[in-house]
Amino acid sequence: MKIVECKKVCKSFDKTDVLFDIDLSINVGEVVVVVGPSGSGKSTLLRCINVLEKITSGDLIVDGKSVIDPKTDIRHIRQEAGMVFQQFNLFPQLTALENVAFGPRKVRKLSKKDAHELAMDLLTKVGLAERAGHYPSQLSGGQQQRVAIARALAVKPKLMLFDEPTSALDPELKGEVLSVMRSLAEEGMTMIVVSHEMNFALNVGNRLIFMDEGRIIHDGSPRDLYDNPPTERLRDFLRNIQ
Amino acid sequence: MDFQFQFVLTTLPQLMQGVKLTIYITVYGLLGGIGLGMITGLALAYKIPILNLTGAVYVWIIRGTPIVVQAMFVYFALPLAMGVRMSGLQAAVLVLAINAGAYIAEIVRGAVLSINKGLVDAGLALGLSRIQVTAFVVGPLSFRRMIPPLGNQFIIGLKDTSLFIVIGVGELTRQGQEIMASSFRALEVWTAVALIYLVLTTVLALSLRWLERRMKIL
Ligand SMILES: Nc1ncnc2c1ncn2[C@@H]1O[C@H](COP(=O)(O)OP(=O)(O)OP(=O)(O)O)[C@@H](O)[C@H]1O
Ligand SMILES: [Mg+2]
Repeated sequence: MKIVECKKVCKSFDKTDVLFDIDLSINVGEVVVVVGPSGSGKSTLLRCINVLEKITSGDLIVDGKSVIDPKTDIRHIRQEAGMVFQQFNLFPQLTALENVAFGPRKVRKLSKKDAHELAMDLLTKVGLAERAGHYPSQLSGGQQQRVAIARALAVKPKLMLFDEPTSALDPELKGEVLSVMRSLAEEGMTMIVVSHEMNFALNVGNRLIFMDEGRIIHDGSPRDLYDNPPTERLRDFLRNIQ
Repeated sequence: MDFQFQFVLTTLPQLMQGVKLTIYITVYGLLGGIGLGMITGLALAYKIPILNLTGAVYVWIIRGTPIVVQAMFVYFALPLAMGVRMSGLQAAVLVLAINAGAYIAEIVRGAVLSINKGLVDAGLALGLSRIQVTAFVVGPLSFRRMIPPLGNQFIIGLKDTSLFIVIGVGELTRQGQEIMASSFRALEVWTAVALIYLVLTTVLALSLRWLERRMKIL
């Protein structure tokens, strides 16, 4: 069953063209890792999927709803596609628990008590139950990112989008975030992960997409693409990120 | 030098009349200014059509002209131009509101624009509406950032009420002026008036400091 379907999606900002004719479909349960040089349009693709950016042409269907159909409630798509950002973007005036409870309270209209219970379960799941009362400024980067994952999960999305979730973290903190993501994948969550963590792509991902200059150049099994890069471009890219 | 403390005591009742008016103008003027400034500042920050443009013109005119001239204009010129007549006190409140509103608009605009775009994205990505993001994310955060510059503006507003002496409002400075005209005791009068202003601004500054401390500035 398809959860994301891009049909000839193009995106430009003013005069700069960022995505060209992207055709891509993603099935429920897939873990898709997206790599590509800086500026190749990876973040833009994710942002188009949860409609933080409007596509310029083509069609994009998320959970059966087209982003260009005026009858679609954009907020519905956003609730189904959770997003985790490179810079965490936790709400600084709220504690970890309140950050996680925020979506359920405002969007799913849960009572404060139910939302806090749900939030506590999710914080436990990401290993941060004892940090529930801390403010983001009192948490390490890795802890903040795990709270951010819990916050996105709290609205019960069907799909999770990760935009370089570990690239703002020191090497010793990347592992704790990646292992949370790994267990999420093992539970069957559909995930699109922009990340240059090749170990994650090889061990957890079941699809690797290589983007360059706004186009999808390769789309295949991580192992095959990694072991035998079909083009010079991908080979150079993989060598550079080592 | 001969400072007659006794004389100061006898003037206190009249000075307190002035203090009452000064506080009245400050409170109502600043409340009006907050309302005007919020609307204008949000219109500027969110580029709301039409309001955005009128807001920019408003801020431009008010920041570009002295408050004394604004008071003279409202009190003396408006009645001639449009037949709007109001008491000195009404004019004072109105002018302070309009004047403070322009500066507060800039404070609001700056605070709203200083909020990290990523937080707005995070709110939207959770499925909140734009209005919810403004109310629950941008609002509370920018409010905290507004407190220090707003406090500064409140103190300026309080002191600016002394300029309404030019339209004959019996606020504190005006009362000082009148006492001096009949007693010629400049030293006592202006020392007392200055000290009273200092007390008022200090109380205001301390309460704002307290509020600031209660709300961690993020
Ligand atoms: N809001 C915007 N306005 C104008 N141009 C933009 C905007 N967002 C992105 N771009 C441009 O789109 C192109 C692709 O950006 P994008 O952020 O999607 O790349 P990326 O692959 O995620 O890169 P990185 O690895 O550096 O994060 C870049 O050239 C960027 O300058
Ligand atoms: Mg990016």
